[in-house]
Amino acid sequence: MFCDKEIFMSSPKNCCLKNNIILVFVKDFEDKFMKRREFLKKGTIGSFGAAILLSNYKTIYPIIRKIPADNKYDLVAIKGGEPEVMFDKAIQSFGGMKKFVRPNQSVVIKPNIGWDVNPERAANTNPKLVSQIIKHCFDAGAKDVYVFDHTCDQWNKCYANSGIERAAKNAGAKVVTGNSESYFQEVKINKGVRLKSASVHELILQSDVFINVPVLKSHGSAQLTIGMKNMMGIVWDRGYWHRNDLHQCIADFTSFRKPDLTVVDAYWVMKQNGPRGVSVNDILTMKSQIISTDIVAADAAAAKLFGVNPKEIGHIRLADEMKLGVMDLSKLSINRIIL
Amino acid sequence: MNLSRLRKIRIVVSLLFFFSVSFLFLDIFNLVPASYFKPVLYFQFVPSLLSFLKLFGLLSTGFIAVLIFTGLFGRVYCSSVCPLGTLIDILNRLKKRKKKIQKFTFTKPFNMIRYSILVLIIFTLISGTNFGLIFFDPYSNYGKITNSIFKPLLISINNFANSNLEKLGIFLLTPIEFTGVEFTALIFAIVLFMIVLILSYSNGRLFCNSICPVGSLLGLISKFSLYKISINEETCLECGSCEKYCKAGCIDSKNKFIDFSRCISCFDCFDSCPTSGLKYESVFSKKKINKPAESKRYFIKSLGLFSIGFMGFQNLKKVSVYVKSKLSDAKENYSTPPGSKNSESYSSNCTACHLCVSVCPTQVLQPSFLEFGVFNMLTPFMNYRKGYCNYDCQKCSDVCPTGAITSLNLEKKKLVQIGIAKFIKDNCVVYTQKTDCGACAEHCPTKAVHMEPENNLRVPKVEEEICIGCGACEHACPTVPYKAIYVEGNLNHKTAKKPNIKKVEQKINLKEEFPF
Repeated sequence: MFCDKEIFMSSPKNCCLKNNIILVFVKDFEDKFMKRREFLKKGTIGSFGAAILLSNYKTIYPIIRKIPADNKYDLVAIKGGEPEVMFDKAIQSFGGMKKFVRPNQSVVIKPNIGWDVNPERAANTNPKLVSQIIKHCFDAGAKDVYVFDHTCDQWNKCYANSGIERAAKNAGAKVVTGNSESYFQEVKINKGVRLKSASVHELILQSDVFINVPVLKSHGSAQLTIGMKNMMGIVWDRGYWHRNDLHQCIADFTSFRKPDLTVVDAYWVMKQNGPRGVSVNDILTMKSQIISTDIVAADAAAAKLFGVNPKEIGHIRLADEMKLGVMDLSKLSINRIIL
Repeated sequence: MNLSRLRKIRIVVSLLFFFSVSFLFLDIFNLVPASYFKPVLYFQFVPSLLSFLKLFGLLSTGFIAVLIFTGLFGRVYCSSVCPLGTLIDILNRLKKRKKKIQKFTFTKPFNMIRYSILVLIIFTLISGTNFGLIFFDPYSNYGKITNSIFKPLLISINNFANSNLEKLGIFLLTPIEFTGVEFTALIFAIVLFMIVLILSYSNGRLFCNSICPVGSLLGLISKFSLYKISINEETCLECGSCEKYCKAGCIDSKNKFIDFSRCISCFDCFDSCPTSGLKYESVFSKKKINKPAESKRYFIKSLGLFSIGFMGFQNLKKVSVYVKSKLSDAKENYSTPPGSKNSESYSSNCTACHLCVSVCPTQVLQPSFLEFGVFNMLTPFMNYRKGYCNYDCQKCSDVCPTGAITSLNLEKKKLVQIGIAKFIKDNCVVYTQKTDCGACAEHCPTKAVHMEPENNLRVPKVEEEICIGCGACEHACPTVPYKAIYVEGNLNHKTAKKPNIKKVEQKINLKEEFPF
C-alpha cells in the first residue's frame, strides 16, 4: 500500500502505523485531517503533528528509466586487475558513467554489506570497488551518492568491518542505515507472482539512479547470490520471501525496479559455505568483474563464471521466463576484456 | 579544613559515578568500549561481593574497599557511589527547586523493616539463591530503571530528533531499531521508579534507610565508624537548620543527637549550619553550589512513557504466511550468555542489573519472566526472537560486574556451546511448501546448520558438535507461529568443535577465456 493522500484519507490509522507514528496522535489526526490546510497555515509546521503529516505526503513512485539506446554492449566481462582498475576499463565500454548519471542527479549504490566480516572474507562487496563507483558518479556530476544495505548482522558492525563505510565516506558518499523500519515504504509489485507487495527503502524510491553492486558468492539456499539476490537488501521483511518460495519472490521483486547498472564483484569469490562463510579458506581469488545494464544477464554471466549453469539457479531461470532480462548470453553483445 | 568543601567533593564524586554508570547503560551509539567504564562498577557493593564469592579474585575486591571506607568515614558509598542514591538526590533536588526551602524532619528508624529485609536477603544468599538481591540490590535496581525506562526514552528521543533533522537534510544521528522492553521488566521498573520517586519526594533518603539492604548493612558498620558527624553542644544554637537539610532524617536537633547508622555522609548539614555547630572542623561556608542542569527531565519523562507503550505495540504486527507451522517449539531450557558456565552459577550470581541487556548490541539478552523460574525472575536470558548472539562479540562478559558472566577472550567465546540447534522437520518451509528457504544456514556463523541437496531442493542439516547455540538460525527462521529450528539451552556450557573448513582447491588461470 502506498501512503499517499487518498489512502491516508481512507485509512489514516493504517498509514500512520506503517510509518511508525505514535498511536496517540492518530485519533487526533482523524479529526483534524479535513482541516489540513488551515492546520498547516496556522504555522504549526514545527509541531509533532504536522511533521508527521508532511512525511506522509511525500508521494513516491518508482521511476522508470530507459537503458541508453546507443549502447554498443549489453554486458562487459573483465578479469585480471584490481577491482578499481577493472571498473575503470569496463565502464568505458559503456561510454563512461555519464551515460547513466546526469549532472545534479542523486545516485543510490547498493553493495552487499550483509555480514560482520572483514573484506578478505568476501562476504561483502569489495570496498575499493564501491569507492571507485562513487568517484565515477561524482565525476559524472552526481549531486548526492548514497550507500546502504539492510544488513543481516548488526548493521554498524557490518558497515565498519566490511570497510565499506570508510571507503564510501572518504569518496564523499552518504552512508545510510538500512536497518530502521522508518525508512521503508510499502509498494505494490504488479507483476509479482508470489510477492505482491514489499516495503522498500526510500532511497531506492527517491534516487534518480540505482546502481546494484553485488558480490558473487555461493549461497546455501539460493545456490548463488549475485545481483537479484542482492536486491533482498533493499526490502524490510525478508522472512516473507523465505516462507513464500524464495526463488519466485526474488524474481518477482526484480520486476518492481531493475537497477540501472549491475556491477558484479568477483574479485574474491566465496566458493563454499556462503553467504556468510566461515574462514578465508572459502575464498577463491578470481579477479573478475561483470557489468551489465541487464541484471538477469549479469547474474547469468556471473553464474557461468562461478561454474554453474544459470538455468539451474531458480531465480535466474524464473526471471528469464518472466522476461525481466536475458539469460541466454549468446543473444547479447558482450565485451570480454582480459587485462 | 573547610567542611562545606566535603559536600562539594561528595557532589562531584557522586555525579561522576552516576554519569559513568548511566553512560554505560545509555551508550546507544557504542561510542566508548564498555570495558573503559568497568572500573566504575568495581566499587558497586553487591556486584563486587557476589563476584568475589564466585571468583575470589583481586579484581572483585571493591566491596572490601567500601566496607573499609564505611568503617572510617561512614556511609560514603550511599552518598557518592550508589547510582540509585544519586538518582534519589536528583529527584529530590527537583522538588527543592520548586519550593525553595527544603524541609526534612527527624524520623524514627524503621528498624523492623530494614533489618528484616537484610536478614531475609542474607538468608536467601546462604540458601544459594539471590532472589532477594534481584529485587533489592540498589545498583541493580538503578540498572533496571535505566534499562527499561531511560534507555527506551533516549532511543525514542533520538529517533524523533533524527526524523526531524533528516527532513532538514541533517544526517547527524542515526535511527535505532529497538525491539522494545520486556513486559515484566518494564512493570517492575515502573513500580520501582514510582516507589523511589514518591519516597524521595516526601522523605529524601527514606528508601535507602528503610528498604535498601546495602544501606542497612553499611548502617550497622557505620554505627562504629571512626569519623562521625556529631553535634557540638557548645556552639550549637538549636536552630534546627541541619535537621531541615538532612535528607536521611537522622539529625534530632532538639536532643542534639545524630543517628549515624542512617547518616549517608552527604555532608549537607555542614553547609546548612550557621555556626560551627557540627563537629570536626570550625570553618564553614554559605556559598551556593552550582546546580547541575537537570531541569529537562520532566518533559523527557512524560514523552517517554507512552513511547514505551507504543514500542510494545509494534511487536504485535501481523505477518502473512501460507501454511502456519504446527509443531510447538517450546524449549526445556533457555540459554544463558556465553561465559556464564552453567545455569546454576549464573543464576546464583546475577542480580539482574540489566547492564548486559543494555550493552548487548543485538538485543538478544532480555530480562526473563519465568524462563529461569520464579526465583530468578528478571535474570537476563538469550531471547532469540529478539536477536542472536553476535559471533565476534563478548561485550556482556566484559561488563558483568557480579561475575555471573565471567570474562572470556573472543577465541574461547567462539567455541563456547551455550545450546544446540534442534531442527523440526515438519515446521520447515522446505518440507511444508516444497520451496527453497535456507535462512537458518545463511545466518549460521560456523555452518553447523548447512543445506544439503534433496530432491532438487536444499534442506537444513544440523551438525551438533560444532553448533555454539548462538541462535542465529532460530532468529532467522521465517516460519510462524512456531519456528522450525530452535536452540535448546545447555545447562552446563560445553566446548564446541572448531569448524573444519577445507581450502577451496581450484586453480584460476587469469589469461583463460571467459566461459561464455
